[in-house]
Amino acid sequence: MAVMQGKELRIVGFLCNWCSYGGADTAGVGRFAQPTDLRIVRVPCSGRINPLFILKALTSGADGVLVSGCHPRDCHYAEGNYYARRRLEVMRGLLPVLGIDPGRFEYTWVSASEGQRWQHVVEEFTKQIHALGPIGRFPDAPELASLGLGAG
Amino acid sequence: MRIGVFICHCGSNIAGTVDCAGVAAQAARFPDVAYSTDIMYACAEPGQDAIIEAIREHGLTGVVVASCTPRMHEPTFRRAVERAGLNRYMFEMANIREHVSWIGKDMDANTNKAAELVRMAVAKLRLNRELTPKSFPVTKRVLVIGGGVAGIQAALDAADAGLEVVLVEKEPSIGGKMAKLDKTFPTVDCSSCILGPRMVDVAQHPKITLYAAAEVESVSGYVGNFSVRIRKKATCVDWDKCTGCGLCTEKCPSRKSYDRFNEGVGPTTAIIIPFPQAIPKKASIEREFCRQFTRGKCGVCAKVCPTGAIDYDMQDSFVEVEVGGIVAATGYDLMDWTVYEEYGGGRYPDVITSLQYERLLSASGPTGGHVRRPSDGAEPRDVVFIQCVGSRDPSVGRPYCSGFCCMYTAKQAILTKDHIPDSQSYVFYMDIRSPGKGYDEFTRRVQEEYQAQYIRGRVSRIYPSRGKLVVCGADTLMGTQVEVAADLVVLAVGGEAAHGAPQLAEKLRISYDQYGFFMEGHPKLKPVETNTAGVFLAGSCQGLKDIPSSVAQGSAAAAKVIGLLSRDMLESDPQIAQVTVSRCIGCGKCIEVCPFKAIQEIDLRGQPRAEVIETVCQGCGVCNATCPQGAIQLSHFTDNQILAEVEALCRF
Ligand SMILES: Cc1cc2nc3c(=O)[nH]c(=O)nc-3n(C[C@H](O)[C@H](O)[C@H](O)COP(=O)(O)OP(=O)(O)OC[C@H]3O[C@@H](n4cnc5c(N)ncnc54)[C@H](O)[C@@H]3O)c2cc1C
Ligand code: SF4
Ligand code: SF4
Repeated sequence: MAVMQGKELRIVGFLCNWCSYGGADTAGVGRFAQPTDLRIVRVPCSGRINPLFILKALTSGADGVLVSGCHPRDCHYAEGNYYARRRLEVMRGLLPVLGIDPGRFEYTWVSASEGQRWQHVVEEFTKQIHALGPIGRFPDAPELASLGLGAG
Repeated sequence: MRIGVFICHCGSNIAGTVDCAGVAAQAARFPDVAYSTDIMYACAEPGQDAIIEAIREHGLTGVVVASCTPRMHEPTFRRAVERAGLNRYMFEMANIREHVSWIGKDMDANTNKAAELVRMAVAKLRLNRELTPKSFPVTKRVLVIGGGVAGIQAALDAADAGLEVVLVEKEPSIGGKMAKLDKTFPTVDCSSCILGPRMVDVAQHPKITLYAAAEVESVSGYVGNFSVRIRKKATCVDWDKCTGCGLCTEKCPSRKSYDRFNEGVGPTTAIIIPFPQAIPKKASIEREFCRQFTRGKCGVCAKVCPTGAIDYDMQDSFVEVEVGGIVAATGYDLMDWTVYEEYGGGRYPDVITSLQYERLLSASGPTGGHVRRPSDGAEPRDVVFIQCVGSRDPSVGRPYCSGFCCMYTAKQAILTKDHIPDSQSYVFYMDIRSPGKGYDEFTRRVQEEYQAQYIRGRVSRIYPSRGKLVVCGADTLMGTQVEVAADLVVLAVGGEAAHGAPQLAEKLRISYDQYGFFMEGHPKLKPVETNTAGVFLAGSCQGLKDIPSSVAQGSAAAAKVIGLLSRDMLESDPQIAQVTVSRCIGCGKCIEVCPFKAIQEIDLRGQPRAEVIETVCQGCGVCNATCPQGAIQLSHFTDNQILAEVEALCRF
């Protein structure tokens, strides 16, 4: 059982370690209650996120993908989040072409101190995904190799 | 691979809302999991021992601990698995406390989510590789930014331990706010008598290089080896020649300049030595008030200076320093209280700030320590203090308590009585917060011995009437309205982060909160560290605090830097990018995007290829997401590892 059938949808988050992952921790320390749908993948920087990760998630059965990084100018690695922003914008434009509602993807900036803001982001995004409902399954989701991501 | 999974109860922190044994049972069925159990406190000694024992007993080659955030204990557990003979990167964590048990009460959903996070960690761990850090030499020099009492303490402690210290202060003298104070609570001892000698120590310490009237322009590099560019602001006085004799300040004809040191209480000259005990004791010209600049002619100071130090054409100059660690100690500023219309919004000259009042009380201040109110120079008799101006007030975006105002107001009420024995002080307060050693006794003394009248309630309005200021407010204890006719009103204005603090944080790559205060690494366990290795915090820049706490943090930050730089070599983080040359097509895209210039082009049999400079790469992974070939991969966060996590979450 991956998600609680009938209760949860499948939401994957990609969070940078320095700001947003810390913000999610801060929300936890503050006991700011949140819906349970989201599962967080920790990456060093939002600039590390390859848009194909998001496509891969959405074509493999995720109902929504949330990306969060440091605020512009606050990137721990100076400018990684600028690259992220540009790439993610391009990718968002691609979603309708693939038959995916762009509302299933969101990116935002949350700093390590913004626990309350994180709670709000999670609540809103979860609501948004529940409004869209479960994503249609892609029975023959393209395999990794065909997306040009084979190394490592 | 033989993976061991340990699900931590964290007492009831996790076990209260997650069925830990249930998660462990599910995890036992994940691929490659050879051993799975739940454990009371994984991080405690028995917990770590149990992990080590299980590794040995079950021949585990990788470990997953599901517990708190990896930002907290990842290093702890990495050391534990290393003690058992594993490579420390053969370890993963699932955060089932901050991201699960603490944010929801639904046991079923939490247990399920925790198991999913463990599945994800296992999937990633299966692709982990052993990594070995490289070591690199450190620069045994520290940069301290801000020369208030916190920065001074940090600089002196680090220098006494034998480190070279570079102290950068934006004002022409060090000392910060404490240099402006008359006496200090709770002992009411003279501020400059205790701070002055320390400032002199800074000036005379052979290990300390002081750059006053200077600011940090840019910072590059990383822990152990930062390169810092310092902007020395043009003071129009050659400090190598200036002896601090002060002749220029006596003769300067521009006598209406804003006196920053004295908080605008009385004017000063355009060429200044901020105060008699200034360190360095050097003159500098404030261009906006100098006639040579505003009118294009004057030149008086140049004529009188006996050493020919005046140089009107001076430009800002730059110095570059290499340091191994950085202490930020930029303190605080007072908030702009004129947003409060009820206090006159700045229209009444006899409504002043607490810091201005310190200057009126100070024997070295503009009135020579005689309390004179600004409007007519008369000695006040009835003095009203209003606390929490710009503190604990969400309506002006300042919901926090400034921490020191209750205490300094009590101090100022005592000093008022000392200066003017027949005076009467009134203090409007919300609560009295005095938890320090000897502090509560102090706030009681001011009421009992010095007869200050404390009125619990907010002031609603101040208006002038017949040479007095009428202060109207509520007494919430008596349930009545009160009016006090005051000669002088002193506002206990709250503090805010120093102007420019967010910009500095961006240069240092550290986090700051919504008010501009720098974020510590952990609110309890890392109060002077930041999440950027090698950068530490001291004093009010981290959150408002009084002098004893600022000094304690100064010493603490120094201890951290001394510890860091006591090593000759540091270990580099091996979580860096790596190029598979056979896949690289030499397009150079990674070289273009790397924020640290960590990738260089090399020549492979006549073909360009990318190569990562290991000690420069910071492991952001921007290159990894850019490479069209997947040729450059960030170790420990490779495409395949992240995709394995995604798969683990989506395919089941
Ligand atoms: C009216 C008043 C009375 C007080 N009385 C007392 C008292 O009696 N007892 C007590 O314990 N506490 C008292 N305090 C609190 C006390 O002022 C602080 O605890 C103390 O000054 C904090 O020291 P600091 O070094 O952290 O900050 P600061 O004193 O603010 O020093 C920071 C320094 O950094 C410099 N700086 C800022 N930004 C930069 C930059 N970007 N680059 C370089 N330099 C920079 C500033 O110019 C300054 O010199 C009082 C405060 C006020 C407002
Ligand atoms: S991971 Fe890549 S982009 Fe980031 S610092 Fe290293 S080489 Fe540069
Ligand atoms: S982006 Fe990839 S292919 Fe291009 S130079 Fe860098 S490693 Fe080689």
